[in-house]
Amino acid sequence: MHFSPVPLHIPDGFLSIPISIICWAITIITLGIAISRTNKALGEKQVPLMGVMAAFIFAAQMINFPVAGGTSGHLLGGALAAIVLGPWAGMLVMTAVVAVQGLLFQDGGLLVMGANILNMGLVTAAIGYGLYRAVSNQSKAVKLSVAGVAAWLSVMAGALFTALQLWLSGTSQLGIVIPAMLGVHVLIGLGEAFITVAALSFILQTRPDLLGEDSESAKGSRAWVAVGGIIALVVVWLSPLASADPDGLNRVAMDIGFFNTAQTGEGLLAGYTVPFFADAAASKIMAGVIGVIVVGAIIMLIGRGMKAKS
Amino acid sequence: MHFNAFDRYHEKESFLHRLDPRVKVLVTVIYIISNALLPDGAWLAFISAWMFLITANLLSQLGIGYTFKRSIIALPFALIAVTVLFSIPGKPVSTFQFLMWDLTITDAGFLRFVSILIRSWLSVQMAILLVAVTRFPDLIHALEHLRVPVILTTIIAFLYRYLFVLTDEVLRLIRARESRSAAVAGNRSGGGVRWRAKVAGNMAGQLFLRSYERSDRIYNAMLSRGYSGHLYTLNPHEMKSSDYFVTAFVIAVIFIVQLIGRL
Amino acid sequence: MPVTHVINSFEMPECDGDVLSVKDLHFSYPDGHAALHGVSLKLCRGDKVALVGPNGAGKSTLMLHLNGILGGRGEIEIAGKRLTRDNLPVIRAMVGLVFQSPDDQLFSPTVFEDVAFGPLHMGLPEIEVRVRVDAALEAVRMSSYKNRLSHHLSAGEKKRIAIATVLSMKPSLLVLDEPSAGLDPRARRTLINLLRELPITMLVSTHDMVLVKELFPRTIVMDEGRVVADGLTHEILDDEELLTAHGLEKP
Ligand SMILES: Nc1ncnc2c1ncn2[C@@H]1O[C@H](COP(=O)(O)OP(=O)(O)OP(=O)(O)O)[C@@H](O)[C@H]1O
Ligand SMILES: [Mg+2]
Repeated sequence: MHFSPVPLHIPDGFLSIPISIICWAITIITLGIAISRTNKALGEKQVPLMGVMAAFIFAAQMINFPVAGGTSGHLLGGALAAIVLGPWAGMLVMTAVVAVQGLLFQDGGLLVMGANILNMGLVTAAIGYGLYRAVSNQSKAVKLSVAGVAAWLSVMAGALFTALQLWLSGTSQLGIVIPAMLGVHVLIGLGEAFITVAALSFILQTRPDLLGEDSESAKGSRAWVAVGGIIALVVVWLSPLASADPDGLNRVAMDIGFFNTAQTGEGLLAGYTVPFFADAAASKIMAGVIGVIVVGAIIMLIGRGMKAKS
Repeated sequence: MHFNAFDRYHEKESFLHRLDPRVKVLVTVIYIISNALLPDGAWLAFISAWMFLITANLLSQLGIGYTFKRSIIALPFALIAVTVLFSIPGKPVSTFQFLMWDLTITDAGFLRFVSILIRSWLSVQMAILLVAVTRFPDLIHALEHLRVPVILTTIIAFLYRYLFVLTDEVLRLIRARESRSAAVAGNRSGGGVRWRAKVAGNMAGQLFLRSYERSDRIYNAMLSRGYSGHLYTLNPHEMKSSDYFVTAFVIAVIFIVQLIGRL
Repeated sequence: MPVTHVINSFEMPECDGDVLSVKDLHFSYPDGHAALHGVSLKLCRGDKVALVGPNGAGKSTLMLHLNGILGGRGEIEIAGKRLTRDNLPVIRAMVGLVFQSPDDQLFSPTVFEDVAFGPLHMGLPEIEVRVRVDAALEAVRMSSYKNRLSHHLSAGEKKRIAIATVLSMKPSLLVLDEPSAGLDPRARRTLINLLRELPITMLVSTHDMVLVKELFPRTIVMDEGRVVADGLTHEILDDEELLTAHGLEKP
């Protein structure tokens, strides 16, 4: 039986449609850039390399070590993948891992896969790589300790993003979900940090060339330092704030129009009339349009079916 | 554990098995979207969606309860949603004490909580059915047809091919660790947490290097067979008339489920 | 019951290497380790030649040169064509290289996709690809495995499919790196019969001296990056001095 190492795989049903779509949009755009960048950087060798690395991350997530009281430490791998493969390739690799976990093992849903990729693949890679890149020219000790911090923060960031999405979907209450998610992941993140550091130091010892000057790891843009740094700051700043004053965040969300009924906790576009059309008349028109589209699609499919038959 | 533990496909000669994988992927996604779109407490619609699922189970010849038995997988996550029970204002249903809190379950909160669980439970079952009636390589081809970039589908294909090889390697490493971490009778085995984490990290590092070197060998094998940076695949699937009809039918049914949910 | 074949009709070839000719090949790995020191050899049409030698002799390294994956100093000709950067695709279609580990050779999820990979990337049309896949699987007696998943195969089956993945490219030279390693006796026997039947020029590296004796009329011995002997198998196997000097054992 497969088990998910980290309780971050959101199943279908727990995120609202608008949040799912927004996360998919962010994920797709980021992956689009990642694909064009890795095409340039790695050349034709990228395919087998990233493919096997995805299998590596998948398998490495099975490595565990007992911590205490029956719990065990695991690797999520986003930071590690980004550090050794470079940020873009790391993101693609993590995307494949999350996709297979969702598709094949139902570890995480399909409609919410955009969010899962974002939380476990993109955010973790950005933080992990960004912080590491800031010190990639420093001594080994500095590199390793920053990598450890980055790995820990990457898990915390994934947890924070997950919590925010659940809250914005009206699935959980902010004041509970953030401390709960972050609390659980403080320890999980420590496991991540330990394994990441030990794995990196092993690689630095045996194949320093893979992390040396000419490696993909060293070639990532310096801009990642800013990206990773900003996400890290958001985590560090938002987590205590949201835990201490959830109402404040709720108010902010309401002010920028995220909820129309934040108090009832129903999330975006309460009642799920047609999304994005709160107005009753517009909603009716929209429903009509959707109806026409659906009927049209059905007719077209039947037509194709007849054609394929003859 | 043997690598076959990862297989989710069940060979059968059913109608669903023969359906084009694209259709199966689309139907699954549409079904899951539909569930997400249903309003809270649309019981009749939930029941219709469940009927749809049961029919699909029957058509798969895997047995009416096939997906039901495997659907608890998403249950632990339900904890996350527990808070809505108490947080949504409404008529109090029941109040009790938990540790230091007085918790009041409201009717609206209860409605929402149950609705979330039902949506999730129905959706995960359809996803379970999808991989039970579709071989994973066919699923990958379906994604290719559905315009997922080739680079991603290829990484996924490699991941699928090598996850069995590499998890076997992990299990060998773990077994080696276990056989070496014997304890003197009466003593606890192993060192502190840090030491254990280091051992695990070394395993991960070792696995990484082996995988890295393997990818070199695979690259050579690909080069030897004419690979030069471009990937070609044969398209093994062709939509039959029944595939179109099924898609049309499912869209109609889902549409009706949505109407039921909104009446 | 073991089958023994008496080979006395065979003479050393009198050709000038019409399938493969390697002249004075030198190669050092990027880390500076010199693996080949002036290797020369010739193969003629229909030859089945064993390549033996201790671990680290350079057998695998030599094989990786035959289709240009490694590029050392020296001259390599395949069927009269000089191996250069420009005709790499043509050469790669002519030299079917099967790697030692079938898990590296079979990188696609299904058997069909793997066997089709070579012909597809040679740019053949779909119909031709399908014909070749069927023929290659037929040749290794694995037709019924076409739609199987690669990771479900046993070691022996993987090995045969691995051979099919290059047969589908219709190579003029088959190069196998340790094909019988890790096989149980029955799978090994099946493989030996298969190799005997394949009507194709082949160069096979191996530590399996029984296989050498049974299957290959001619043997090349390598050690420390050099060819140290090249001759009739039974003569080489009778030369105890040679065998012990290079860590080999008479079967
Ligand atoms: N990638 C590499 N980098 C550096 N040195 C290498 C590499 N691959 C092989 N070598 C070295 O080159 C020499 C020849 O290796 P090769 O693999 O060709 O030997 P072999 O005859 O195939 O041995 P075996 O019977 O063990 O397969 C060895 O000393 C080996 O250590
Ligand atoms: Mg070798």
